[in-house]
Amino acid sequence: MTTTAASTAGTNGTAVGFDARTSIGALELKNPVLTASGCAAAGRELGRLYDVAALGAVVTKSILRDARSGRPTPRMAETPSGMLNSIGLQGPGIDAFLAHDLPWLRDHGATAVVSIAGNDAAEFAELAGRLVDEPGVGAIEVNISCPNVANRGLVFACDPGSSAEVVSGVVDVVGGRVPVLAKLSPDVTDIVAIARACLDHGADGLAMVNTTLGMVVDTDTMRPVLAGVTGGLSGPAIRPVAVRCVWQVHAAMRRGDLRPAPVVGIGGILTGLDALQFVLAGASAVQVGTSTFHDPSAPLRVGAELAQALAARGFAGVADAVGHAHTVLAREGAR
Amino acid sequence: MSAVTGTPAAETLGARDRRPDPVQLRCAVLANEPAGAYRRLVLDAGEAARRALPGQFAALAVGEPPTAMLLRRAVSIHAATPGDRRFDGADTLEIVVAAHGPGTEWVTRRRAGDVLDVVAPLGRPFPAPEVGAPTVLVGGGYGSAPLVWLARDLRDAGHRVDVVLGAASRDKLFGLEEAAAVVGPDLVHVTTDDGSAGLRGRVTDALAPLARDGVVVYACGPMAMLRAVHEVASGAGGTSWLAVEESMACGIGVCMTCVLPVRGEDGVTRMTRSCVEGPTFDGDRVRWDAITIGPGGATSAVPADCLGAPVASGKGH
Repeated sequence: MTTTAASTAGTNGTAVGFDARTSIGALELKNPVLTASGCAAAGRELGRLYDVAALGAVVTKSILRDARSGRPTPRMAETPSGMLNSIGLQGPGIDAFLAHDLPWLRDHGATAVVSIAGNDAAEFAELAGRLVDEPGVGAIEVNISCPNVANRGLVFACDPGSSAEVVSGVVDVVGGRVPVLAKLSPDVTDIVAIARACLDHGADGLAMVNTTLGMVVDTDTMRPVLAGVTGGLSGPAIRPVAVRCVWQVHAAMRRGDLRPAPVVGIGGILTGLDALQFVLAGASAVQVGTSTFHDPSAPLRVGAELAQALAARGFAGVADAVGHAHTVLAREGAR
Repeated sequence: MSAVTGTPAAETLGARDRRPDPVQLRCAVLANEPAGAYRRLVLDAGEAARRALPGQFAALAVGEPPTAMLLRRAVSIHAATPGDRRFDGADTLEIVVAAHGPGTEWVTRRRAGDVLDVVAPLGRPFPAPEVGAPTVLVGGGYGSAPLVWLARDLRDAGHRVDVVLGAASRDKLFGLEEAAAVVGPDLVHVTTDDGSAGLRGRVTDALAPLARDGVVVYACGPMAMLRAVHEVASGAGGTSWLAVEESMACGIGVCMTCVLPVRGEDGVTRMTRSCVEGPTFDGDRVRWDAITIGPGGATSAVPADCLGAPVASGKGH
C-alpha cells in the first residue's frame, strides 16, 4: 500500500537537470501540466488530496456572471476510454467565485487560470473586467466552446466571427495585464480559421480542445441516456482528434499562415507520453481533464512522467521540444 | 499500532461536519469472500481506514491499467477496523460489491494480493440522532452494508436500534447475522418481495409499526425505497437520513455529475453534489417533486425555484 498522491507530489514534476518551466505569453509556469476546466472545480477538492501549488496551474471551472443550476440528470455516461458530460455550466457565479474560491487558490499558492463563459460577448467582457485586477489571476481562459449550452447553434467557437467578437471584447478589457487564452472546439471544419480569428483579435494563446459533441442511446429504455440528449465527449477516446488539432494549428504557425502563439494541448491525456504527443505536435503546455476523475493525482503524475520522458529524449527543457515532430518531419522531407 | 477495534461511538457520531480529508491509496486486497449474492472485500487501507466514519464511501478505479473504464465506482464502506486482529493488525476497510456491470464485476474478481486504487474516505458521515431518540436502520439489498457499523455506534451511544433488512429474495439480503449480533435478533426485521425470508412485502411494511414521533430513520438503498422510507418516517413525525446511490464520475466533488435537487439550510434549493454534501441527505430536504423514478433509475429535473434555474423563456440559458 502506497500513498499515490503524496509519492507523486514528492517528485514535483522534475527530473535531474531538466528545466520543466514553460510560459503562456507573460504567464510563467513552474511546470507545463495544468488541470482542465470543469475537471478540477476551483481547486479546493483536489487540495484535500495534495498541494495544488505543485500544479502548473489550476484552470477553474468556467465562471459565469450569475449562478447557474446546470442541467437535469443524468448528466454523465461512461463511454469506451471516455465519458459524455452534460453539466450545463453549473456554478455559483462570479461574486461567489471572487468571495470564496479565488482567495482560496491565492492562499494556497496556486497559479490560477480562470475560465469564463457567457451568453454573449458583453458578458465575457464584463467577467474579464471583474477578474483582471484581482490578485492571483494568472491568466483568463475564454470558454467559447462549451457544447452544453441551450442553443447549441451558438457555440461561439464554431464561427470565426463570433469567436473574434468575444475574444476582442475580452482583450480590450484586459489590456494586456494578463494573458488571454481562447479555448477552441474540435467540432469545426477548419480549426486554423478559428485559431486565426482569435489570434488576429488579440488572444495571447490557444487552449485546444474542448469536448466534442456526442451521444449515447440506452438500448433498454430506448431513449438517450443523458437528460440533455447530447453531451461533450472527453477522455483518451478524443486524444487523436485533439493532437491533430494542435498539429494543424502549429503547422500553420510554422509556415507563416498564423501568428505564432503558445498552444495549450488538451484531450485525453492520461500519461506523460500522452502529454509528450501534444508537446511534440506543438503545445507549450497541456491540461489534464477527464483523467483527473479516474486518478485525482493525474495532473501531478503526468507532470513527473512528461519531465522524465523529455529528459530521456535529450531535451534540456520543455521549450526545446515544442513542435519537434514538425522538425523531424521537415528533416525527413529535406533528405 | 494499538489493536483497538473500531472507533469509539462518541468520536464518530455527530461528526457530520468533521469530514476527514480523503487519501488516494493503492490498497492490497486481503480477502474476497462471498456474502450472499455479493462479494465482501477486505482492503489494507492504512490512513483511509484510520480516518473513515460510518456513512462514508470509497471510490475505486476499475479495470487493468490502462483501462478503458475511466470513471470511479463509488461503494459504501461496510467497516473500518484500524489494527484488525484478523489481518495481523492491518488497518482495514471492508466493502460490499455487487456486480452490476463490467467495472464492478472486475472488482468482484480481485483476489487476495491484488491491488486496488482507492480514494477514501469520501462524503459526509451519518449524523447523530438527538440524545435518546429511537432509531431504525433500513437497508435494501446490499445497501445495508454501512448500517451494521452505524448500529454498533448507535447502540453504544445508548439508542434503541431496530434494523430492517429488505431485498427481492433471501440471497439478496445482506448483513442479517451481523445485525442480529449487534442489536439482538428480536430487533432485526426482514422483508422479501417473494417471501423467501421474513415478512413478504417491502421494508416500509416493517418500518411502519416502528416509526413514531421522534424516530430517526437511516436508510440506504434504491431511490424508490428511500422515497417510501422518507414518507413513512415523515408521516410519523420522525426524521429520515437517506444515503443515495447517484452515479458518480469522480466521487471527490469535481465533476458535478452526481447532483440532485436538495433544499439547503437557507431554504434555497440547489443541484447538490451527493459525493461531498451527501451521500446522506435529510429526506425532508430532498426535492422529491423534481425526482422521477423509472426503470432506468432515478432522474432529477431542475426545480423552477432552484438557484440559477433557467428562466422561463429559456433565453440565455
